[in-house]
Amino acid sequence: MSAAGVRLTALLRKEALQIMRDPSALAIAFALPAFLLFIFGYGVTLDAKEVPLGVVVERPSADTAAFEGKLRQSPYFETTEYRDFAAAERALEAHEINGIVWLREDFSRRMRSSRGATIGAILNGVDANSARIVEGYLQQAWAAWLADAARPGGPGAALPVAVAPRIRFNPEVRSRDYLIPGLIALVMTLTGALLTALVIAREWERGTQEALMVTRATLREILLAKLLPYFVLGLGGMAASVILAVTLFRVPFHGSAWALLVTSSLFLLAALGMGLLISTAARNQFVAGQIAIIATFLPAFILSGFVFDIGSMPAPIRAVTHVVAARYFVTILQTLFLAGDLWSVLLPNALALALMAALFLGVARLRARKRLD
Amino acid sequence: MWPAVLALIVKELLAILKDPRSRIVLIGPPLLQLVVFGYGATFDLNHVPVAVYDEDPSAASRDLIARFLGSPAFEVVARLHDAADVDRLIDSREATLVIDVDRRFTRDLLGHRPARVQLIVDGRNSNTALLVLGYSNQIVTDFSRDWLAAHGGGAAPAVLDLRANYNPPLNSQWFIVPGIVALLTQVVTLLVVGLSVAREREAGTFDQLLVTPMGPLEILLGKGLPGVLIGLLEATVIILAAVLWFRVPLRGPLLPLYLGLFLFVAAVTGIGLMISSLAVTQQQALLGAFLFMVPSITLSGFATPIANMPRFIQAATQVNPMRHFLVIVRGVFLEGSTTAELLPQYWPLALVAAGSMLVAGWLFRRRTA
Repeated sequence: MSAAGVRLTALLRKEALQIMRDPSALAIAFALPAFLLFIFGYGVTLDAKEVPLGVVVERPSADTAAFEGKLRQSPYFETTEYRDFAAAERALEAHEINGIVWLREDFSRRMRSSRGATIGAILNGVDANSARIVEGYLQQAWAAWLADAARPGGPGAALPVAVAPRIRFNPEVRSRDYLIPGLIALVMTLTGALLTALVIAREWERGTQEALMVTRATLREILLAKLLPYFVLGLGGMAASVILAVTLFRVPFHGSAWALLVTSSLFLLAALGMGLLISTAARNQFVAGQIAIIATFLPAFILSGFVFDIGSMPAPIRAVTHVVAARYFVTILQTLFLAGDLWSVLLPNALALALMAALFLGVARLRARKRLD
Repeated sequence: MWPAVLALIVKELLAILKDPRSRIVLIGPPLLQLVVFGYGATFDLNHVPVAVYDEDPSAASRDLIARFLGSPAFEVVARLHDAADVDRLIDSREATLVIDVDRRFTRDLLGHRPARVQLIVDGRNSNTALLVLGYSNQIVTDFSRDWLAAHGGGAAPAVLDLRANYNPPLNSQWFIVPGIVALLTQVVTLLVVGLSVAREREAGTFDQLLVTPMGPLEILLGKGLPGVLIGLLEATVIILAAVLWFRVPLRGPLLPLYLGLFLFVAAVTGIGLMISSLAVTQQQALLGAFLFMVPSITLSGFATPIANMPRFIQAATQVNPMRHFLVIVRGVFLEGSTTAELLPQYWPLALVAAGSMLVAGWLFRRRTA
């Protein structure tokens, strides 16, 4: 074995021993992803089910019963009946119900008149996103009722245009199926950066960086020896997350394992490179930890498209998202899980990750010097 | 007792504010996050890329598509002429929605048969998919009603008149920005209090504090109250930004808001003191703060509603101070809630505050004894 090979093996052995003896690195690599994924997986869902809805029927009739029936059949609503509007309004203000559907006294009569009846629907709009989704469900129930009313012998005419929605990749629109692949990207961003952010800062703080410098090991060997063990740990954490997603949360996985391996390797290199960069710049564990959280976790949470749609952000913020590595990985994972190996999506995003990895690692290499100043 | 505590508070504030690094942690990231969260964290739809596959180019289909063009939520990026392109555009994410107007659209419209429009949506982001369908349905329904009115087909037997209380434009910024008040107040308070004892332990000055005539309770108060002060100040700055910059309506009086804020900051301080008295190094304190913060933000209802979570998680969120404060801050801002209405939020906050302070005091005495 060449001298360089011997030195690298020795350094790798040192790093491996350090990881084994300090359980905190193993905890960050395996326990943290599993813990975070578990909490997020159960806690984060945008699907509204059994939304409490008040129904005010001022004069019950066959027509009102038909409409109420549609609301009751919908899996999205849990209906409560109120005799008058004022009582329902009080319940809405007290947050007992999220919305009111109001069938007025003249509902049946006006249904048969030329002007038609109006169904009042009042929602609590504080949570705008949920309110919008509930609006959509109400419209579905209304459209179903309308279709029934337009049958021969029914009281009304159908709407002339029929909408047939077809949702590709996630026909049941389960929000968990789109959130969990994004969560894996989020969790790996965090562990990747935390793992490496502290390693060089730690050597500086303990004074062992100087000891490393006076050895014959080159800088490249030192950095490589830092990178490789954590890369392997990161891949392990990644595998644990994917297995958890598929087995516990039953997210379908349509892609191929090797596409996942290649893209996750690229992403991990970018994340670890970022961590190394922070680490060489900070030289102090407190600052390194702070930067790691602020520069990686928060952007990965908000700017990656994991919950909030990037396309809807204002242009300046959208431009910023291009430097967030997690953005590309979220897109890749959502596609791999829900759609499969779509190269038109995977290739450009993988290329972006490769570029970022090269950039971070290159800058980290340039910034790291065998000097004490 | 009080002069000693006061002196310690002054010393703590000086220690935090004189260190440039801590000053930056208090000012820089919160402001940056306020801007990024405030603008980036949106659930509203803007310029969603839409492709149009019009198999029946006619006056009727042009009218329908013009309504999509006129909506700020949509942006038509492509016109397709081949059915094979529909899936390709969705797959490559060039379009989130494809509107496929049926070949017999006009004929069916005139023949009083249901004219078909197919909407193909990318389901990889299911929330966007649902919103896109909701917006599109609204547009198509409006078209239908106008067409019926123009062609004398008789009105639909009943129409849905949707209204939203408190937030009529359904602007998600009004929901997110008050949430940021809670989020950033928690982050800053926790970092200040959580690291304060560990920093003294590392610097070795903690022993000096112990040999002063102050008892554990006084030291604890001296460590906790600066956190409460800084938390209140930070929250005030963000509340001002929410009202003056983001123009979120503040409908309620300030008293219920600040009562809630005080209890919330006290609860977070108590938890910070617990972490602080357990941690030996700053790194441990940081990890502890982080391990508390991530679940407490995720399970607070900040971005995703608590009502959608499984029952056992919903029960667990009762001990999360941020969950209760979010109800208070959004209630006062948007619904104009009063102190009496928010009572169910105040007492759990007070309980968590009292409980965490007691535990912190007990841990503290054990560690210092």
